[in-house]
Amino acid sequence: MPTKIEKDALSGQDTTGHEWDGVKELNTPLPTWWVYTFYATIVFAIVYCVLYPSWPWINSHTQGLLGQTNRADLVRQLDAQAKDRGALVERIRSASLQEIRKDPSLLAFAMAGGRSAFQTNCMQCHGAGGAGNTGFPNLVDDDWLWGGKIDQLYATIQHGIRNADDQSRQSMMPKFGVDGLLTGTQVAAVTDYVMSLSGRGQATAEGAKIWQEQCAACHQPDGKGNQELGAPNLTDGIWLYGGDRNSIYRSIFYARNGSMPAWSGRLDEATLKMLAIYVHSLGGGR
Amino acid sequence: MDADLKDDDAVSLRQRKAEVPLYLKRIKVYPRAVGGQWRRIKWAALLLLLGVYYLVPWLRWDRGPGAPDQAILIDLDGRRGWFFDVVIWPQEVYFVTGLLILGAIGLFLATSLFGRVWCGFACPQTVWTDLFMQVERLIEGDRNQRMRLDRAPMSVGKALRKGLKHTAWIAIAAATGGAWVFYFVDAPSALAKIFTGEASLEVYFFVGLLTATTYTLAGWAREQFCTYMCPWPRFQAAMLDEQSVIVTYQKWRGEPRGKQKAGDDWQGRGDCIDCSLCVAVCPTGIDIRDGQQIECIGCGLCIDACTQTMTKVGRPRDLIRWDTLADQQAKERGASAAWRPLRARTLLYGLLFGLVAAFMLAAFLSRSEAELTVQRDRSPNFVRLSDGSIRNAYTVKILNKRRSEQSFALALDGLPEARLGTIGTETLSSLVVHPDAVGTFRVFVTVPASAARAGSHAIDFVIRDAAGFVRASHGAVFIGPER
Repeated sequence: MPTKIEKDALSGQDTTGHEWDGVKELNTPLPTWWVYTFYATIVFAIVYCVLYPSWPWINSHTQGLLGQTNRADLVRQLDAQAKDRGALVERIRSASLQEIRKDPSLLAFAMAGGRSAFQTNCMQCHGAGGAGNTGFPNLVDDDWLWGGKIDQLYATIQHGIRNADDQSRQSMMPKFGVDGLLTGTQVAAVTDYVMSLSGRGQATAEGAKIWQEQCAACHQPDGKGNQELGAPNLTDGIWLYGGDRNSIYRSIFYARNGSMPAWSGRLDEATLKMLAIYVHSLGGGR
Repeated sequence: MDADLKDDDAVSLRQRKAEVPLYLKRIKVYPRAVGGQWRRIKWAALLLLLGVYYLVPWLRWDRGPGAPDQAILIDLDGRRGWFFDVVIWPQEVYFVTGLLILGAIGLFLATSLFGRVWCGFACPQTVWTDLFMQVERLIEGDRNQRMRLDRAPMSVGKALRKGLKHTAWIAIAAATGGAWVFYFVDAPSALAKIFTGEASLEVYFFVGLLTATTYTLAGWAREQFCTYMCPWPRFQAAMLDEQSVIVTYQKWRGEPRGKQKAGDDWQGRGDCIDCSLCVAVCPTGIDIRDGQQIECIGCGLCIDACTQTMTKVGRPRDLIRWDTLADQQAKERGASAAWRPLRARTLLYGLLFGLVAAFMLAAFLSRSEAELTVQRDRSPNFVRLSDGSIRNAYTVKILNKRRSEQSFALALDGLPEARLGTIGTETLSSLVVHPDAVGTFRVFVTVPASAARAGSHAIDFVIRDAAGFVRASHGAVFIGPER
């Protein structure tokens, strides 16, 4: 409400003439240059609106005269980054895994790049830290299905396991129960034998006999497995599908044939090498 | 009364004419030159502060090969702060934070003791404005000549003087902006590069930015900066009390004021002869006789002016003087009040200052040239190996702040049955860290199945140098499976 401009009795200052519920405002004039800076910000905003994308429509927005987009900026930045890294990536591509591991600068680059590629492509199954999950091997421990040497890791990452790739790692465990190779009782007997391999319980003679006939070819007579065939070591404390009696029974009855995709067509050679070096460094590498 | 016969909103023409506009053009201040004790102190402060500011980047300090030879250098690209023989790493920026906290508490203490001494003597805005005003005086003359020049129509002479003044201002401003960037780059080579056009875009940007702000704020904005922009005058009232020593006009002695002819009797009148010299010399254009006001920066130039006048008319000096409000009020009653510098607030500020200073000194003296940080892998928390043993993985970083390569032996305290291992070619008994660098190592701690404990167990990583001295340690935990 504009009311009367009056002199404030206490300060001797004029009021602005505005009053809200009896509260009056003293007029302390602002310097004009201050107001001009405010006008300048308005001019800036108008210029900005003309030059840059600013106003939303229903389906899109004004484009601005400069044609700037965040997506184009991102592409430019990614290109610049790829160019910056080009030399190192090329050295990684041409060097052998052993050479990379001996060169501190290449190793640091490969570890960072491998970690990043792992977080994008591998962690969905193997976990962010590589600890795996039931059915998805732990990459941090010292137990390997197909070998933990760096060249073996590299081959596994390149071609995968039990997929359509020509050089994919291949093997097949029979479905002993489902296909009628063994009866339920026989599976139970051999389950007891497998448990006895890691020092749990006593095996029957029947179980031992079935083991020698059906299992020892791949898992070896002593149960320590065969990395050529991806046959796991059954004597240690590490069980991909669970080590309790019920899980082992189910593994024999239904069989386990996990697969992993081949990455050589999806990721470039340098990234594959960086991944191998990173996974090897997680703690299990031989 | 009938409502129709009442109209509270009506504003008389006279009232409308008396309206003060909502926006005011700046009324230019033409401070007059004045000599005296406080002016001399202000010159001394100006010389000292500007001298330090312009010259410090040129101090050289030999640190041997591979290190900059600038005594004080903040190397943003290299992420190091060089202060003579001290090298500050980014994670030690709390030393800088501590200095800023000390500065703030020191400012509070100085203000509660002596009012706005910072504003009047040491603030960059005041120092550069003083310098710019002096340049203006040398070129355009003192107060009256400057006022005449501004009123005069444009002429060749006026254009020359104004042009010369602004050229000089811009030159000083450019030197100011230039000196700033020298704290961040090697000064001698950067100076040459700036003139040959080889300096980086950042260097030119900051030289330009600080040239523009110095020229605008010290040349044009001046007291407007203190009155309208600076937040400090707004809350410094919280540090002031009636025992703070501030610039005061001794009203009890000065009033009633009036003109005085030589030989007139001083009986029945105050000592103020209304010469207005105190107003003319004021850099913010106020009248100290109006009492305390937000525009006063406490520079003491009106004291010098009044001392001149009082000496001339043969009256005692100190009509305008540094005084406490308490003393001033006591004198009005014919008494006096002794200054009490030791008050709750000054003691508290002093105590805080001492505490922070002692804490920083202790932190600085116990600063190690080797640091150890340990990060435990949390995904997974632990790994069970095929023989049943439990392993935790850690990323160990060793900071070597020395300018020579160092070798450390890493050991573990608190878990006697643990076995330490690493990947790659390093051996934990001699971890080599390059000079002035961070070494990153992956360390595995394995506890056999028989000794594995459930839950979390506190451990300490320790690094020892070649002579076996413990150089740093870092706490961590070892986690085993819950039973």
